[in-house]
Amino acid sequence: MQALTNRRKAVGREPMTFMERIYIPSILKGMGITFSHLFKKQPTIQYPEQKREFSPVFRGLHVLNRDEEGRERCTACGLCAVACPAEAITMEAAERMEGEENKYREEKYAAKYEINMLRCIFCGLCEEACPKDAIYLSETFAPANYNRKGFVYSKDDLLIPNPKTEPEAYAKAKGEPRTNN
Amino acid sequence: MTLLAFDWALLLEKLILIAIIVLASLGIALYTTFAERKVAGALQDRPGPNRAGPFGLFQPFADGLKLIMKEEIIPNTSNKGLFILGPALAMTAALMTCAVIPWSSYIEIGGRKIDLQVADINIGVLYVFGVVSLGVYGIMIGGWASNNKFSLMAALRGASQAISYELAMGLSLIAVLMISGSLSLKTIVDGQMAEGGLWNIVYQPLGFIIFFICALAECNRTPFDLPEAENELNMGYHQEYSSMKLGFYLFAEYVNMIMSSAVMASLYFGGYDIPFLDESTLPVNTAAILGVVALLAKIVFFLFLFMWIRWTIPRFRYDQLMHVGWKNLIPLALFNMLVTGAVILWQQG
Repeated sequence: MQALTNRRKAVGREPMTFMERIYIPSILKGMGITFSHLFKKQPTIQYPEQKREFSPVFRGLHVLNRDEEGRERCTACGLCAVACPAEAITMEAAERMEGEENKYREEKYAAKYEINMLRCIFCGLCEEACPKDAIYLSETFAPANYNRKGFVYSKDDLLIPNPKTEPEAYAKAKGEPRTNN
Repeated sequence: MTLLAFDWALLLEKLILIAIIVLASLGIALYTTFAERKVAGALQDRPGPNRAGPFGLFQPFADGLKLIMKEEIIPNTSNKGLFILGPALAMTAALMTCAVIPWSSYIEIGGRKIDLQVADINIGVLYVFGVVSLGVYGIMIGGWASNNKFSLMAALRGASQAISYELAMGLSLIAVLMISGSLSLKTIVDGQMAEGGLWNIVYQPLGFIIFFICALAECNRTPFDLPEAENELNMGYHQEYSSMKLGFYLFAEYVNMIMSSAVMASLYFGGYDIPFLDESTLPVNTAAILGVVALLAKIVFFLFLFMWIRWTIPRFRYDQLMHVGWKNLIPLALFNMLVTGAVILWQQG
């Protein structure tokens, strides 16, 4: 059989030698190994104070994007819902009324937009499918919750703050998890 | 009033000494639990408890508080009297050992010579052995009273293990007693401190190794922690215990470790002797305090050794345990005893 690693070692079945039978040399050897670990660098990250950097391709919670004027980009075309392999996205479309031009960019918008984070597999296909750059995956992940309903994120949870009226919140939104459960 | 012709100052001084030693032992045991976790962490490349207070120093108090606040459960089917007696006995036996350990020579306060030893009895070593074997009753009674098959099995294991290893321990000790010619721990330590006297470890390296292995077994420490084998006995003899009764069992183990470290330091490593230093050149009180520090340093070293071994090797199988005890250690101890006796006879001509 082909060896899976180069560290493979055949197990001998011959009886133990005297040195092996008195255990103590091998115990001392083992103690030497553990002692050397006293001086090793600890890989621990003190979590709440220190955080591990996410990789640049990390796919976290979804964010519904706005354009530079603070209008919602989403037109409720449904391509993301079609692309979604986990069927986590539901939406309802509505028509833009007179006087709402500063809220929605196109004539059609999503009146309801929900993502079930328990179904979502964070594959990022919705991000790829979107023709309007309206949805993308951020660097945060879904915090724990007490019930399933808390994991169905509505449009209020997903929509990024308006860059015009709340520039600080908008800047913060990309790195911070949502707090309004 | 001749009835009261009694040295009341002696009573007072002993009471104070007892209080200090018991409290100090408990305090050290408290922090040994913390040190155990820190050492385990360091040996496994992790920081260990570090959240409660600076460097996690308040962790033992948090643990103690948690144990005290927990619900005290006495199982319906248990023998209630014995169930309570078990942990009490384990703790008492563990603490009683410290009565004969010479912590240092003596201090002088107002012209009064105060020995830093509760009782210098001439059968000190025998007393230690008697009390240590009493400690097994704590495990046995606890395991029996729990009325649980795992606890009972663990208690049986503990008892047979203690009996097996006490034999080899006693035999390795006889060689030390042959050299020192006394059963008093104070005399044994003084013999090692005397001019030109070497520590007993020089004369008895094999005896020390046997004694140390047996001490591990007596303290139920890894690799001999079969009475509390988590994976096969669900915790062992203290499975049914909760709250502070469980705390007493866990604590007694650490007190036992400290006491056996102190006994080993006294028997083989010169007790409160400071190496390469003639204590008689120092002022009496300074020498006494330095002696306590020296003994504590030796105890800390042994405690670290206990922990180091625990986090290095897995436990023995039960048949291996018995094999090592009866077929290896006892013949070795007998051999050691015979050689020591022969050498002593040869030297006396």
